[in-house]
Amino acid sequence: MDPGKDIKAAFIGQMSEAYEHQSHTAPIAANWAGLLPAAATRVEDACASSGAALRCGIMAIMSGFYDIVMVGGVEKMTNQPTPEVTTILASAADFPFEQWNGMTFPGLFALMATSHMHEYGTTEEQLAKVAVKNHKHGVLNPKAHMQREITLDEVMKSRPVCWPLKLYDCSLITDGASCLILTKPKLAKKLTDNRVQIIGTGQAQDTFLLHERDSFTSVKAAKSAAQEAYKMSDMKPKDINVAEVHDCFTIAEIIAYEDLGFCRPGQGGKFVESGTTALGGSLPVNTSGGLKSKGHPVGATGTAQIYELYLQLTGQAERRQVPDAKIGLAHNLGGSGATAVVHILRSD
Amino acid sequence: MSELHPPPTIEEFYKFCTQRKLMAVRCMKCRHLMVPPRTICSQCHSSRVEWAQLGSKGKLVTYTIVHVAPTLFNHMAPYAVGIVEMPEEVRLPSIIRTSRLESLKIGMELELDFSPRPQDPSWPQWPRYFFKETA
Repeated sequence: MDPGKDIKAAFIGQMSEAYEHQSHTAPIAANWAGLLPAAATRVEDACASSGAALRCGIMAIMSGFYDIVMVGGVEKMTNQPTPEVTTILASAADFPFEQWNGMTFPGLFALMATSHMHEYGTTEEQLAKVAVKNHKHGVLNPKAHMQREITLDEVMKSRPVCWPLKLYDCSLITDGASCLILTKPKLAKKLTDNRVQIIGTGQAQDTFLLHERDSFTSVKAAKSAAQEAYKMSDMKPKDINVAEVHDCFTIAEIIAYEDLGFCRPGQGGKFVESGTTALGGSLPVNTSGGLKSKGHPVGATGTAQIYELYLQLTGQAERRQVPDAKIGLAHNLGGSGATAVVHILRSD
Repeated sequence: MSELHPPPTIEEFYKFCTQRKLMAVRCMKCRHLMVPPRTICSQCHSSRVEWAQLGSKGKLVTYTIVHVAPTLFNHMAPYAVGIVEMPEEVRLPSIIRTSRLESLKIGMELELDFSPRPQDPSWPQWPRYFFKETA
């Protein structure tokens, strides 16, 4: 394959131009990746930007319009001080009601955490166990941002960001990029031996403002997106061997278990404690280290999750390889869950 | 298109706050109440809506204590924000003012209040609603 000739389009996720004073990112990516004159378009759905970009690529291929496209995402966040990053991230929340009331992204997920703790008795220790697990996985990923194990005690004693969420409940402020090449199954067989099939895709939205939702203990858009992807792929939660879920905050991973049908509503805290979702368990979640340890360059996250599944399903995940992984699922949220994108992949 | 005067906009919502009025928009067809105000009912899609004033008491549904704040709120941290449910069956996000952050509890009664127009010219020039512990 000659990238400059054969890749006809690129869909690039990026959340905000405010970090680096740089918008119009898609032609930059196409230019630097040597794809000119391929059509390049930026896709923005907050932290689900590249999950949404992937769907654009899938639709471009499935419609027959293009044979080969690139999808990916990018974010460069670390040149800004934390309060400024917090402000820029908060711009993906409602301005006149959420931002004006001093709401932040950790704050919105903390509102869900408080609700989950109140309704189901989920504990701060259970939240912390998500962080401990994902850091343990991240140590095994040479591309993870923070390759360091942390203890339950460290998480519990870390400084509060938005109570009940503490520093180690939060994903990292990270620079990063990720990309995938998509094509038709027939052409893929000619081009490479290391390939996976995308067998299900789903996207759904919910009310933009958190307070307008019926429940704060579940992300309805994620449930809908998962249902769509499960139906398309003819898969069920029990068929999934490995998953990358959007652990922007530890509570988000607990809610993701429930929304994806891995466990019953309210049981997410106990589910992480059971060890099921750790490497060695029957459904390892966030083997990459997740947003928590691998890092969360927001625009790059959606396709970075798919990259981890690609490694797992092609047997290239080295020290963190899930044995015989055949079916993988990725769950990517935008904002406080106003956007959710779910993909299901199968080894080919 | 809505003929409502003043129009059901967020700007008018905050203008009502200058009169110490917390206003929702009610769908005249299905009676659904909405904050923020909007021109089309989010339940039944009717565009016949009217302003409806909310009372001054609410109940705390969920909350957080923000320690790491956005740049413009840094001076206030730590502060509490939450979601408040009004007896009229509508919810809204709000800053929760209390002298004791550790005394906040889900389900507790809260009272509506308004803060004056902010001094900082870079910030939106409307006063804000907020909720506080009942006296």
